[in-house]
Amino acid sequence: MVDAIDLGALRARLARVGTLDLPALEAEEIAVLGRKQGELTARLKALASIPVEARREAGAALNALKGEFEAAFAARRAELVAGRKSAERASVDLTMPGRARWVGSRHPVTLVIDEIVAIFRGLGFSVALGPEVETEELNFHALNFPPDHPAMDMHDTLYLDQGGAGTERLLLRTHTSPVQIRTMREGPPPHRVVIPGMVYRNDPFDPSHAPAFSQVEGLAIDEGITFVDLKATLAHFARRFLGADTRVRFRPSFFPFTEPSAEMDVGCLLCGGAGCPPCKGTGWMEILGCGMVHEQVLRNCDLDPERWTGWAFGMGPQRIAMLRYGLPDIRLLYGGDMRFLNQFGGLAG
Amino acid sequence: MKASRTWLEAFLRRPLDAREMAEHLGMLGAPVDAIESVGAELAAFVVAEVTDVRPHPDADKLRLTTVDDGSGTPLTVVCGAPNVSAGHKYPFARLGTTMPDGLVIERRKIRGHASEGMLCSARELGLGTDHDGIYTLDTDAAPGTPLLEVLALGDDRLEIDVTPNRADLLGHKGIARELAIAYAAPFRLPAIPGEADLDLPAPARYADEAMVGGVRLAIVDRAGCGRFLAAVIRGVRVGPSPDWLVERLESVGSRSINNIVDVTNYVMLELNQPMHAYDAATLAGPAVMARAARSGGEALVTLDGVTRTVPEGTLVIADAERAIGIAGVMGGEATEVGEGTTDVFLECAWFDPRRIRASRRALNLPTDASQRFERGTDRWGAVDAFRRAVRMIVTVAGGTVDGTTVDCFPAPVHPPRIFLRPSRVAQVLGVELSWTEIERCLVAIGATVVSKPDDGRIAVDVPGWRPDLVAEIDLVEEIARVHGYQNIPTELRPFRPGLRPDDAGWEAAERVRTGLAAMGMREVMTMSMRRDLTATGPAILNPVSAELSHLRSALIPALIEQVEHNWAAHTRDVRLFEVGTTFRARAGARPDEALHAAFVLTGARQPGHWRDGEAAAHDRWDARWAFERLVALADPTAAVQVEGDRWVAVRGDGTPIGWCDELEADSPPWAAPLFGGEMRVAVAASEPPRFVPLPHHPAVARDLALLLGAGRTVAEVVALLETRGGKLALESVAVVDEFRGPGLPDGRRSVALRLVFRATDRTLTDAEVDKAIGRLVSMLERELDVTLRSA
Repeated sequence: MVDAIDLGALRARLARVGTLDLPALEAEEIAVLGRKQGELTARLKALASIPVEARREAGAALNALKGEFEAAFAARRAELVAGRKSAERASVDLTMPGRARWVGSRHPVTLVIDEIVAIFRGLGFSVALGPEVETEELNFHALNFPPDHPAMDMHDTLYLDQGGAGTERLLLRTHTSPVQIRTMREGPPPHRVVIPGMVYRNDPFDPSHAPAFSQVEGLAIDEGITFVDLKATLAHFARRFLGADTRVRFRPSFFPFTEPSAEMDVGCLLCGGAGCPPCKGTGWMEILGCGMVHEQVLRNCDLDPERWTGWAFGMGPQRIAMLRYGLPDIRLLYGGDMRFLNQFGGLAG
Repeated sequence: MKASRTWLEAFLRRPLDAREMAEHLGMLGAPVDAIESVGAELAAFVVAEVTDVRPHPDADKLRLTTVDDGSGTPLTVVCGAPNVSAGHKYPFARLGTTMPDGLVIERRKIRGHASEGMLCSARELGLGTDHDGIYTLDTDAAPGTPLLEVLALGDDRLEIDVTPNRADLLGHKGIARELAIAYAAPFRLPAIPGEADLDLPAPARYADEAMVGGVRLAIVDRAGCGRFLAAVIRGVRVGPSPDWLVERLESVGSRSINNIVDVTNYVMLELNQPMHAYDAATLAGPAVMARAARSGGEALVTLDGVTRTVPEGTLVIADAERAIGIAGVMGGEATEVGEGTTDVFLECAWFDPRRIRASRRALNLPTDASQRFERGTDRWGAVDAFRRAVRMIVTVAGGTVDGTTVDCFPAPVHPPRIFLRPSRVAQVLGVELSWTEIERCLVAIGATVVSKPDDGRIAVDVPGWRPDLVAEIDLVEEIARVHGYQNIPTELRPFRPGLRPDDAGWEAAERVRTGLAAMGMREVMTMSMRRDLTATGPAILNPVSAELSHLRSALIPALIEQVEHNWAAHTRDVRLFEVGTTFRARAGARPDEALHAAFVLTGARQPGHWRDGEAAAHDRWDARWAFERLVALADPTAAVQVEGDRWVAVRGDGTPIGWCDELEADSPPWAAPLFGGEMRVAVAASEPPRFVPLPHHPAVARDLALLLGAGRTVAEVVALLETRGGKLALESVAVVDEFRGPGLPDGRRSVALRLVFRATDRTLTDAEVDKAIGRLVSMLERELDVTLRSA
């Protein structure tokens, strides 16, 4: 039988738990629940010696009481700790600044390139790279630029000073498209590559031009690829890159290495389509050039255009970075002013 | 190409809205870069009625008028025009109005009387050269009505960005054809106002020689000049053009010269066929021929008054003695049509685009004509353009055609015929178009479908004004364009992914970028061309500027410049990195291209904090750690070594691939030391790390203060401990302190090392560790003369 009076004494002690200070609380915890001398522990151990018929009822009562003690001790402890913390904090000004660490960041153009590349990798493209010094053959001829054609005027080219040596004329690639040729000549289709890289033009620096800038191109070659695939994939890209409700349109254009050729416009990133000076009031902004890979380009890579078709695109990450981040001058992107770079993630400094 | 809305309206015979046209042209592949409102400078002018005219008391030639400008307040305006009279309406500039010539109308006294505005003449409004007083308006409009609502002089000038393949869009007719597609409306050539009743038979066909109006015409260079139509018109009166012609030219920004030259310019702007008129009296022979310039070149004064030497082989127009024009580029001054001209020789030719391009480049002389010939003019449509020009000359300048006109066409050819398979249209566009739709698209661009589909293909005769259409795929593009890109579906269809892995160079660059940014550095992307006095980088033949004369051979110089720019902006704490391509010139071969990564560090190690004060500046030991991280990221197979007084990264095979050092720069006195490093990034795929099981037994750490003699390096001590300590359960060695100073024997320094011991199978006892340390210490003393400081 469990002693009712004894339990009464324990209950009285339970009622006093809420008044104890921290040292007394710890002592009382040991005195009641301690594994060796704890009063309640001893009573639980003693259960083994009482008759089975009485044990069930007594055990239940003791275990319930144990639970109540545990809860009371935990509650009083939390109350005491919280009180001590708030007393400490009363003397601290928590509005004082935290201890900063330098934070690094990627360049805004790298951020844009990475994002574009990531979206196309998700669409089954892999990254291809190529040299920045190229031959006329790969930069122009293989890409169906007819020699002595006004199309060449679109690319004001920088040539290497070879001092009369070497048979092949070397230039700084004017676009990343030579990597398309390299890809197609390297192995059989299907091809699905995205090509980031630096390109060069004989354009002096001004607020919107630079003599060297980045490009991201893409190329998809397989059987059965059509203009529908081009439109759908690039529209999908635009909505992943700029937002699910981005408006997209395709306009006819001209590039020597694609036919049919197109420009893809998106709803103006600045005015949202209402019309503003940067979009010339049209509500649209040209974001990339694209087209079906020209038959002659396929032939130049020993691919039969009756069997293989494909599409390609190219865009300028600097221009996109300028639009996205509201930059007034492309030259900011070529500098290292910490006050500029600090705006692309992290704390000031 | 500048196009006039009203000119296009004359083709389509309907009013057009400039913005809507721009939208349509853009969707057909000819984007409009700008729309300029012609007449916009007259927006502020109003209609005013003169209610009273009285003499000016102090000036005979001036009048005082009372003007109603609709404002309700009668204005007093001083007017000098003889034709001003009460009850008539005139264009009026209120006070504050800016005149087309830039003058602002202000209140001012003219001979003692204030004038509150200005009644304007046509000339003052920029509307012609009429000198006879102010412009009397024949209108019912109330005073105060904007002038532009009364005068039908508003026009819009469209600046069209014509792609290099589209020769035809350099004439209004070509643009009108595109608009006819957009509006599904017909179009035709505008009538010539007051056209002379002229019986003009078709030009007589010849091969390469003919007589025309007493002038001998010859095509000597048959490769360069494929067709030459000519007429001699005698008895013309050279003078100003009629208003409609002047206005047409001015509507697209072309200045009127005289009636003959204006006709040739008009036809060029309308039909994309440049022409040239010569004063027939100045032709030696008289003869005109198209030939190559003679050996040694030929000198010629062109219409712009410049003496030019035309290189040998350039296609020129010549008379019996000399070159009189650079074919397709610019005519000569000596044979120019001027006021005294009575007889005109008219040239209308087709020149090989490549020859004209060569001429233009050789002489660096781009002109309206060369731009058109370079893209290719319509060698079949030239006949219609020529006949139109002859009719217009007779209409606006009088005269008669001497004899018959001639057409030298040495090797007549037809426009190409292309076979088109509708199955190919579907294969490329991904959409099945009906026969009817395909035919509609082809007819819309002016092609002729000459046979009906039987063997799965149709024959298409391409129009002469589209020299860009030579193959089936060109027609596929035209069909897509006319059908409308917006009408082709946008549905994502199944695709096969690419087979190749990502380029290892891309992954390496990304790995380095991520790693260096995580170290608190900011990425930059500096210009990859720069001046290079050492010429390690390849030189550029035609650099953009002297500052961009070479490709860079290293990244660090540009990073140092960026630090200096930051210093100039009073930024002291700078941490930059770059990952990019560098170049090395190789004689007679392609330059080496290598991916490099570099960093620079200067200023505080961390931002200051109020609890700690300013943080110390980066020192060489920060730089060393940054370099070690860079090496680990860029080439894990390389090791950092000391070389002289700097660190280098060396590959297993001994190849040095990077360095780190304190850098020299143009620094202000308050700047902290600058450190930097650069290395070549290995583009091979990196090995993934291998898991090492976590230890089960505790470690024992012991600190040792060791005395190192002069010239003895910590690296030697650590290397010896690491090689020999493995057997003794030595897990790691770390440097925890260094002390130099008096009290240490014979120039030695004290270095404190923390040795950590751990066994994989048991807990080490103190006795075991003591024994191990004893053996290691005696080994150090024996082999490196390194002793315990306490000993």
